[in-house]
This record gives sequence, C-alpha cells and structure tokens, in this order.
Amino acid sequence: MSKATTGTVAGAVLALTLAGPARAAAPVPAPLKATVSHWWTSGGESAAIRQFADAFNRAGGQWIDQAVAGADQSRASTINRIVGGNAPVAAQFNTSRQFRDIVDQGLLNNLDDVAARGNWDNILPRTIIDAIKVDGHYYAAPVDIHMPAWFFYSKAAFARAGIKAEPATFDEFMQHLDLLKRAGLIPLAFGGQVWQEKILFDAVFALVGGPALYLKIYRDRDVRAVHSPAFRDVLVKFRRLRAYTDPGAPGRNWNDATALVVSGRAGVQIMGDWAKGEFTTAGQVAGREFGCFPGFGPKAPYVVAGDAFVFPKTGKPHVVRAQKLLATVMTAPGPQAEFSARKGSIPIRPDVDMSKLDLCARKGIEIMADKSRQLPNTEMLLDPDLNGALQDVLTNYWNRDDTPERAQQAFAQAMKDNTW
Amino acid sequence: MALTALGAYVLTFLWTARVSLSSARIFPTGDFVGLGQYERLFRNARWLLSLQNLAVYALLFIAACLVLGFLLAVFIDQQVAGEGALRTVFLYPYAMSFVATGLVWQWILNPELGIQGVARRLGFGGFTFDWIVRQETVLYTVVIATVWQASGLVMALLLSGLRGIDAELWKAARIDGIPKWRVYLSIVLPMLWPSLSTAFILLFVMVVKLFDAVVAMTQGGPGTASEVPAKFIMDYLFGRANVGLASAASIVLLLTVLAIVAPFCYARSRALQRSGG
Repeated sequence: MSKATTGTVAGAVLALTLAGPARAAAPVPAPLKATVSHWWTSGGESAAIRQFADAFNRAGGQWIDQAVAGADQSRASTINRIVGGNAPVAAQFNTSRQFRDIVDQGLLNNLDDVAARGNWDNILPRTIIDAIKVDGHYYAAPVDIHMPAWFFYSKAAFARAGIKAEPATFDEFMQHLDLLKRAGLIPLAFGGQVWQEKILFDAVFALVGGPALYLKIYRDRDVRAVHSPAFRDVLVKFRRLRAYTDPGAPGRNWNDATALVVSGRAGVQIMGDWAKGEFTTAGQVAGREFGCFPGFGPKAPYVVAGDAFVFPKTGKPHVVRAQKLLATVMTAPGPQAEFSARKGSIPIRPDVDMSKLDLCARKGIEIMADKSRQLPNTEMLLDPDLNGALQDVLTNYWNRDDTPERAQQAFAQAMKDNTW
Repeated sequence: MALTALGAYVLTFLWTARVSLSSARIFPTGDFVGLGQYERLFRNARWLLSLQNLAVYALLFIAACLVLGFLLAVFIDQQVAGEGALRTVFLYPYAMSFVATGLVWQWILNPELGIQGVARRLGFGGFTFDWIVRQETVLYTVVIATVWQASGLVMALLLSGLRGIDAELWKAARIDGIPKWRVYLSIVLPMLWPSLSTAFILLFVMVVKLFDAVVAMTQGGPGTASEVPAKFIMDYLFGRANVGLASAASIVLLLTVLAIVAPFCYARSRALQRSGG
C-alpha cells in the first residue's frame, strides 16, 4: 500500500465530504470491506453512526455494521475476537484507558500517518490526545466529545419554584434545590445506579474541589490529598444532595430520570449531554423548554469524555487501507458535523459546520476553546478496575449513613489496592 | 466422550487457576504473582459482602422454595378441580426469563410505581413497602421474586414423587386413624427424599449462578447491598478488565460450592444405594 494511494483516497474523502452529496465515488476498484464493532443501538445513536457508514461507503468502502448492545458487552466481544484471531476491522471504545492493555500487548495498528495528514497534534484537544497517544503513537481515532456533567433544568419547574437565574455557586444551587423542594417538586432528578452516582460525584468534585485537587487525586494518585479537609468537604457536599432525590431513585435508569425533568416534575438533572436526546424526542428545544449549563460560573471546568475507534493489528494490506480510510472519514469535518448533530455530542475539531448543533453543544464548543477549562474525565486517568473500585466506595458512601472520614479511608485503600 | 468432557472441565479449571495466580488484566498473561490476587480479593469489601449475601440468600431461598413447593404439591395432590391449569400456573414462572420477570418485580416493588404507590393513592397514606430501595432489606426482595419463580419447579418435582406413593398406604393410615398432616410429615416426607434432594441440588445451582435476577431488579444496589459473587466476577471480567482478580474469585466460588455439595452428594448416593439394596 503506497502512501500516494492513501493520500489520494483521503483527499477524495475530504473533497467529497466537504462538498456534500457526491456525484460518484472515487475510482477505487473493489470496495474496502470493514467490519465495525460498536454499541450504538438506540434511535439517535444508530442514526449518528449511519453518517459515518454512508461517508465511508461514498469514499469507496463497504461498511459492515456489527452493533452489540451494551458498552461492556461490546468491548468484551471485541477483546474476545482479538484473542480468538478474528478481530473486527475497527472497534469502539471510550476515549479512555480501556484499550491501553491492548496497545501494550502490541495488538493495535497505529494511525500515525492519518494523524499527521489530519494535523491531529494541533486540532485535537489536549485531554483527548493524552488518552489516544501512547509512547508517541496514535492508537485510536476519536469521534466525539461528551461532557458527562451538564446541568439540565426544566424552565417550567424553575418558574414554579420562583427561581429567576441559573445558580452561580454551589451554595446558590443548594438554595435553588430548597426552593424546588418547597414548591412540591423533586429537586434533583436522579437514578441511583453506581455509574450515575459517580457522574454526580465527579461533577461535584470538579466544581467544589476544583480541577487542581481533582487532578492531584485522579491523575497523581496523591493519597495525602484524599485525606485532606478539601476532599472531605467534597464528600460532605456530595452526600448532601441525596436529600433532594426522591424515594424512587434507586435503580432508576438515567433516561427515566431525564423524563422527570422533561415533564416538569423534577427541577434539575446532572447528566451527560446524551440526555439532550430525551428532550429532543419529547419535542423540547434547548433554551425554550429546558436550560443547560456546564457548572457554576464562567470558569467551571468542562469535563471531557468521548468515544474512539481502535484498529486491531493486521498485516493484510487491504484491511490496513480500510482502517486508514475509516479513521480519515470518521475524523473529517463533514461526517463530524453530521454525526454530532444526531449523537448530541460535540465534534472533536473546531473547524466544522456548527449550524446543525443545538444551543448546549455550541456553548460546549465555545468553552472547549478555553484550554484551561478542559478537564479529563476519570476514565482517561484511571484504569477500569481502579475506577470501578472507587465507584464501589462512593456508592457505599452515598447509600449508607457512613462518615466522610470512613469514605476517605476507603477511597485511599482502594487506590492502594488496585495498583500493581 | 467422557474423557473429552472431563478433559474440558479439568483443563478449564486448571487454566482459570493458573490465570488467578497472574496479574492478568484485559488479557490472560503468563506472569506469576503468587496469591496476590486472593489477598486483594479478601481485602475487597464488596467481595466479602457478596459472599455474605449469597449465604443469607441461599438459606432463605432454598428453605422457602422447598416449603412452598411442598405445600403446593400437597395442595394439588388433593384431587382439586382444574389441576392441569393450576399446575401450569405454578410452573409457568419457571419458564420465564428472569430478565423480563425481574423488571416486572422491580416495578411492583418500586415505592413510586408499585405496591406502595398504589396503596397510597388508594388512601392508605402511611402504607410503606420500600424494601427494594433500602440497604438492609433489598436482598429479601430478590428472595421473594426468585422464590416466586422457582417454587413451581419444586412443586412439579415433589408432585411426581407424591404420585408415586402407593394408595394402599393412605388407606392403611386412614384405618389406623392417623391424621392427614401427620401422615404427610412422618411418612410421606421421608419417602420423598430422592425428589427433595434433586430439588435441593437444582435450587443450589440456581443460588450459585444467581446473576440475572439481581441485575434486572437492583443491579446490585442500592450501593452494593445486593451484590452477589457471580455479578462481582462478571464485573471484573469485563467492565473492569481484571481477569486475574475475576479468576481468583471464580476459583474461591467453585471451591466453596464443592465443599458444600460434595458431602451432600456423597450422602445422597449412599442413601440411594441403601434403599436400592
């Protein structure tokens, strides 16, 4: 596979996707078959990934879709297939440390030439580069940015509770919750599942504890910081929110919690930007029926998460060609805009057509321009088992009448126990 | 054939045991870390809790299924009208996937949507039945739902045992003037021993692999209150990409099961031999 051919194909892709609907596909003799494994199965998600599939097919590929419902199951099937010697051409992971072991075992093809041509070093956010670049090589193609800690609120509920403005500090937020409670509403729409508790905690941590403490603990694994009064304060404030959830919260799915905000029965939900899909499905528009803000004040950190595709190692030249074409198509501006508009995420690059994106997404892109506000989510900083162990600690603290000191102790212990 | 099967079981067991002694994360690796994973495992509060939960669950679930199944079988054995229909009704839950029934039970028990919500809307303001959202009681809701599912199976097994009992025995008992409940308790129940022990083994297997009911109803929550070993193993095997720790957990689980079931099976085979010879 010569570099010149890839270049031509990539050039054709960019030209095609920028120009919109194409007249004819590039002159590639046989379509480049690519089995793509992912977990996007809901309505909005499959509409989003179809944008990539269509763009890939237009560029001379042949997309063979292999959706597996459930992120854990999908990743497990990918890993089983890699071990079994029947790897998919491309497979979805979160932009995180989930695929670090596969990289370390030398089981992925790198994307250095695609990244060099696409100028990834300069257009991608730092947090994402840190997650996908290992020892100087790019091992994944990022496809979207999700921010898991948005505040979504019902304007009707806020009006009923007599709330005029969005809260600017945590204390103001608590006052708002009190007002909502007094108005007979569920103040905080919540689903008591472990991962939702973790999202809520990390939101409080980033806002109350601040990015410095957040990184000290999650990135530097500083056990002394875990025992600090500042972290204790984060735990206390996190636990205080529990009084504002309703008795039906434990075990509730996130979208059922969103539905409480959509219907105006609840005031606020703290959730990833994927929740927008629920509002849109109900015919609600950001800024009209519901509002969104990414934390308190103009300096609130923007937690960066997202999805990426990895490309399992193969020596077959046509498969490598398909992998490079896929990576090029998925990160190109045209498909990026189409995808994010349907997925509810924001594009990985700033140079795309923003007109299709909603108010919250545009707000997010604006914030992302300020590098100092970007904060990696914990999956980018921690291995899955340590992240899970910390989740266990937090869920026990949230659900039991435990002291913050004991939670600090357990948190530190989990950090010690889950590193070899 | 038997050799292949045995080979497959023993080999996978040995392989798992080997992996549990390594630091394997996403992939099985060949290094050797001794009992490090086991030490980590028994420092893990969630694992200890899941073992404790399993013990409590096993006791309640097996006892309730056997008692309820026996009572149902005796009830159906009274030549009731519509026996076929009743048998189907009692056995039907067993045929259903617990992913579906678990979701239904989750709704029934949800304080906002289920029994409590309905009762309160009917005017019983103080009525409370919120076991599923409380740490201390959530495990019992899993017991209730799974007993509902499995007691029909016990009924079917015991009913076939009851039908195998000679009618002459009942006549003799009636002539001697022995009350019916006494006949059941002192004569029939011991005669049902083979059916009962089969039921026990089946129920025990259900206990050990208890997973989907918990996932569908509580996802191990609230917190980690309804955590079970099978779910712990699955979580660490896939979501948390820690094959070494998950293997150590499965070995511990297997050894526990063997320690309980092996003596039981031995006693059973001895008893059958005696009654046969």
